[in-house]
Amino acid sequence: MTVIDLEVTSLRDLNQMLHGLREGTNETFRVINPKGRHAIAVGLDAPVTVEIDGNAGYYCAGMNKQANVIINGSAGLGLAENMMSGTVHVKGDASSSAGATGCGGLLVIDGNAGARCGISSRGIDIVVKGSVGHMSAFMAQAGALVVLGDAGDALGDSIYEARLFVRGAVTSLGSDCIEKPLRDEHREKLGELLQAAGLNGEIDLGEFRRYGSARNLYHFHMDNLEAY
Amino acid sequence: MCGIVGIFLKNRSLEPELGSLLAKMLGTMCDRGPDSAGFAIYGAGDPEHVKLTLRADRVDADFAALAKKVGAAIGVPVAVDVHATHAVFKVPTSSEQAARDSIAELGQDVKIVGSGTRMEVYKEVGRPDAVAKRFDLAHMAGSHAIAHTRMATESAVTTDGAHPFSTGRDQCLVHNGSLSNHNGLRRELKRKGLSFETENDTEVAAGYITWRMSEGSSLGEALEQSLDDLDGFYTFVVGTEDGFGVLRDPIACKPAVMAETDDYVAFGSEYRALAGLPGIDQARVWEPEPAKVYFWERH
Repeated sequence: MTVIDLEVTSLRDLNQMLHGLREGTNETFRVINPKGRHAIAVGLDAPVTVEIDGNAGYYCAGMNKQANVIINGSAGLGLAENMMSGTVHVKGDASSSAGATGCGGLLVIDGNAGARCGISSRGIDIVVKGSVGHMSAFMAQAGALVVLGDAGDALGDSIYEARLFVRGAVTSLGSDCIEKPLRDEHREKLGELLQAAGLNGEIDLGEFRRYGSARNLYHFHMDNLEAY
Repeated sequence: MCGIVGIFLKNRSLEPELGSLLAKMLGTMCDRGPDSAGFAIYGAGDPEHVKLTLRADRVDADFAALAKKVGAAIGVPVAVDVHATHAVFKVPTSSEQAARDSIAELGQDVKIVGSGTRMEVYKEVGRPDAVAKRFDLAHMAGSHAIAHTRMATESAVTTDGAHPFSTGRDQCLVHNGSLSNHNGLRRELKRKGLSFETENDTEVAAGYITWRMSEGSSLGEALEQSLDDLDGFYTFVVGTEDGFGVLRDPIACKPAVMAETDDYVAFGSEYRALAGLPGIDQARVWEPEPAKVYFWERH
């Protein structure tokens, strides 16, 4: 295992080194003294593990492909933004726009996520063990957002085909987002996601409610003018 | 963009280190606001005296001579503490108006930018770390302080446009964001008798809070009311004689992170600003919720 101390090695050197890894490498790296620096472990494209010891700043693990990034602390705005594949696991909280625009992979947040969690997601799966803030899953196109706690205002506003599962209370649903029945296929997907997030059967799937698109805003319609 | 930092000490033994803690926090936020900076610090004070923070337009202002003249005019000696272009005049509370009149008459190119039992306000154009150094922030002591680094968007880069803005005795406000209805609100507040010195949006927010409090609202109520009347993006941090408060707009686009230990409560626009604080690894770190007024006070 390689240890990188960000008080010694510059952030640019760290990211450059991670970008330069040869194909197929599966090494483990430990990053110490992150001290809230921005853009740590961004743009990875190798099946490596990067463990960050402490709190990370903005855009940590953004654009991740293949890699497994673990943050032993909390993360700032835009965690795992635009992730393509791989896993990002933050053991504390995440600030706003966690998992924004993600195309794939799994983001696990052990604590709470701020506003706009999973905004405009396009395939990423997100499991939040705490609660999410307002405007989460705004315009979410694909993928899933699982919330074990509560969801803030305007959940799933203008949502497309992403699946939202919330165990706690939802302050309000956004435009065109409605509750939908939790069918077997959804239970199966939910069970898989919880397992992937390290929860092996201790959570009753029946406690979740599913939300998704009413599909009324897909195309412009004069009657819906107020909702656009 | 702009950056805000603030620290409120619960452990009084840390009070001599307040300035050095704040200076380090301010330094990390240079990137967020390189054009100007300012801070308000709540140091020693007693109810029999008021501290008037004066700011001179010239770098060679003779504050000592002015203090002597003002002292002679009001019949009581005036203690003066000079920090570059700023100076704090300490006058008996009963002579405050006489001292203000005398400063207005005798002080050339000098204006009073803040007043209070404990608050001192410093601000200047320039890189925040250089501004902190010019005023020797690192050697100031106190119970709490807030600071701001500015990247101007709504008005010119001038010392008047820098934060904090005083909202009344021992009260000040710093702001990250931009208000979209400040022109209309400024006109309304002018009609109610308030005056403004800049085109700055934050000065309007400060004026709004001053006006609300003059109408009988508490600071907490005034902040609650601002949620209805201020339109735009904002994270506000306000300072009072005994504490500080935080408010984010309902959309909460402007960042905020807080840390609390047994020794202090700290605010930063980014966690980087808090990373150097003592015991931060054991601190409770969280993001203040949108549209919720937070307040910490000394008991």
